[in-house]
Amino acid sequence: MGIIATTIKAKLTSRFNPTQLEVIDESHQHAHHAGAKAHIDAGGAAESHFHVVISAEEFTGLSRLSAHRAVMDTLSEELAGPVHALRLTVKR
Amino acid sequence: MSNPAHAQIKKTNSEHDVVLYMKGTPVFPQCGFSSTVVQILDYVGAPYHSVNVLEDMDVRQGIKEVNNWPTIPQLIVKGEFIGGCDILREMFESGELKSFLENKGVALTAA
Repeated sequence: MGIIATTIKAKLTSRFNPTQLEVIDESHQHAHHAGAKAHIDAGGAAESHFHVVISAEEFTGLSRLSAHRAVMDTLSEELAGPVHALRLTVKR
Repeated sequence: MSNPAHAQIKKTNSEHDVVLYMKGTPVFPQCGFSSTVVQILDYVGAPYHSVNVLEDMDVRQGIKEVNNWPTIPQLIVKGEFIGGCDILREMFESGELKSFLENKGVALTAA
């Protein structure tokens, strides 16, 4: 696992104590499109597209938007920097 | 409201029942996530106004600030932020999206 995936995993683990957590680097699927290329040309990391699957007790009873927002907020630094796209599956 | 991009976004959101902030246009989306939302809205027959954020960097940044949401696309219904691609996809797959839009008073065309 790359350094960004490792960071994402660590932050989500400490924040939510998840019952399920998968951080999948999908960057290779996007290696050729313009956004990914521009991202790397601009000095961005090769790890840029992720799929996060997360389940945690805290999400029970939250609206879909609130649950997604809680995860996004936890990863705000990554989303503002190296992470170009995040696909998020929150199991509530 | 001192930020002109924020004011422009609010105005746009007040003028249309459904607004999609996306990369590219519905005919030529320039991002897979934006393309997915276009397909979902077309499938349920929801009329929408689209804004190509790639044409205006102030709007691209502003919409993230207004909704406190870091990614594009973003869907607004009756002035309310609904979510991005993953949320729309979940609402579509669970069958909620159609009734949600109808309850909001959005007239859907038959698919």
